[in-house]
Amino acid sequence: MRRSVFVVVAGAFLAIGFVASVEGRRGFAFSAQDKTSTTEVKIDNFSFGPAALTVTVGSTLTWINRDDIPHTVVSTDDPKTFKSKVLDTDEKFSFTFTKAGTFPYFCSIHPKMTGKVIVQ
Amino acid sequence: MSGKKKDEIIYDHNNDGIDRRGFLKCMAWAGTGAFCVIQGGVLKSYALSRMPEMNPTDTMGELSFVQISDSHMGFNKPANPDVAATLKVAVDKINALPTAPEFMLHTGDISHLSKPEEFDTVDQILKGAKPRDVFYVPGEHDVLNDDGKQFLDRYGKASKGGGWYSFDKKGVHFIGLVNVMNLKAGGLGTLGHEQLEWMEDDVKHLKSSTPIVVFAHIPLWSVYPEWGWGTEDSAQALAYLKKFGSVTVLNGHIHQTLQKVEGNVTFHTAASTAFPQPQPGKADSPGPMKVAAEQLRSVLGITDVNYVQGQHALAVVDSTLA
Repeated sequence: MRRSVFVVVAGAFLAIGFVASVEGRRGFAFSAQDKTSTTEVKIDNFSFGPAALTVTVGSTLTWINRDDIPHTVVSTDDPKTFKSKVLDTDEKFSFTFTKAGTFPYFCSIHPKMTGKVIVQ
Repeated sequence: MSGKKKDEIIYDHNNDGIDRRGFLKCMAWAGTGAFCVIQGGVLKSYALSRMPEMNPTDTMGELSFVQISDSHMGFNKPANPDVAATLKVAVDKINALPTAPEFMLHTGDISHLSKPEEFDTVDQILKGAKPRDVFYVPGEHDVLNDDGKQFLDRYGKASKGGGWYSFDKKGVHFIGLVNVMNLKAGGLGTLGHEQLEWMEDDVKHLKSSTPIVVFAHIPLWSVYPEWGWGTEDSAQALAYLKKFGSVTVLNGHIHQTLQKVEGNVTFHTAASTAFPQPQPGKADSPGPMKVAAEQLRSVLGITDVNYVQGQHALAVVDSTLA
């Protein structure tokens, strides 16, 4: 399983490399955007990792709960920009940031757990 | 835990038996459990292993009730894949107590994910307990997704606003508080202005000799704020109770027994019936502590509380499910 994923990823890099060599800077731009659009925040040991993250407008972030305990992902603003349902172990929540700004968030069950997303 | 002063049972051997400027604290830990008797503000604590030496009449009184907590129905991971089974063991323990308790307090986290079937299972199991009445306060796991609506529909019919209420039993005044709603980023448990106002009014006309029992899910004292184990505005609530000679505060949330006496107030947290959590700061996070299957029941438990009229205090007894 892991090997086949590696092959696909390696293939993707080859493809990007090919585009880059043909179209120069646009290829790198695509590669950078690809990186942010797959960004994942891991919830583990009662913390968000990474706790602070900078992404570009249009990026989709996915939080995945790797703890034995349920958590939530809720922005601190009012009205809430984003608010997940409760995430049990291995459950995910995704949100696409369409506006620039700083978005602090927390786990509404364990409010000591905080993080922030900076959208540029 | 040896060598760390804060984890030891600290006695004050001065003439009044208690240091009113500071506090007296005892901690019962995995597999031990504590037997505590509070008389006239003096707390006596014994390891459960010393129970056979105790005079059984010390735990007799006019009023006896049991606190259970953190049943987390729906949790199914290590170290406890069967939290229904351990809740049933807790019920068996309650039914086997020498003094039949008159009622039970459940200090929250009844369910793990606020699912109707989780509440249903707990209700069904608790029907097997001799005490008919159960008084609940919500834990944060009971108010997920719906701001506590389901909890209030099920358990909060007689309660005020957000689920708080009080009642009297044999001269003891019980106050159930809610500190798991509207939690703020970076903060601790919260009671809120409306509830505090209600509480001030609730106790205003009581005689100062009335024994008070306050119960709420998150500890009403600063156990370990770094892990959120405390309540932002609990000091205000406790200020309303200053005039009373005997105040007992019963909490859950931290899945271990912990006690502290400060002035006229005895704080006590109950064990979970589902899974243990680490001692404050003794792990990277407060996540479930994994223990060997054969040890599990020794780190879960129930709390039995006795009130002896005229003795001015309540006796709090923890027992494990082992």
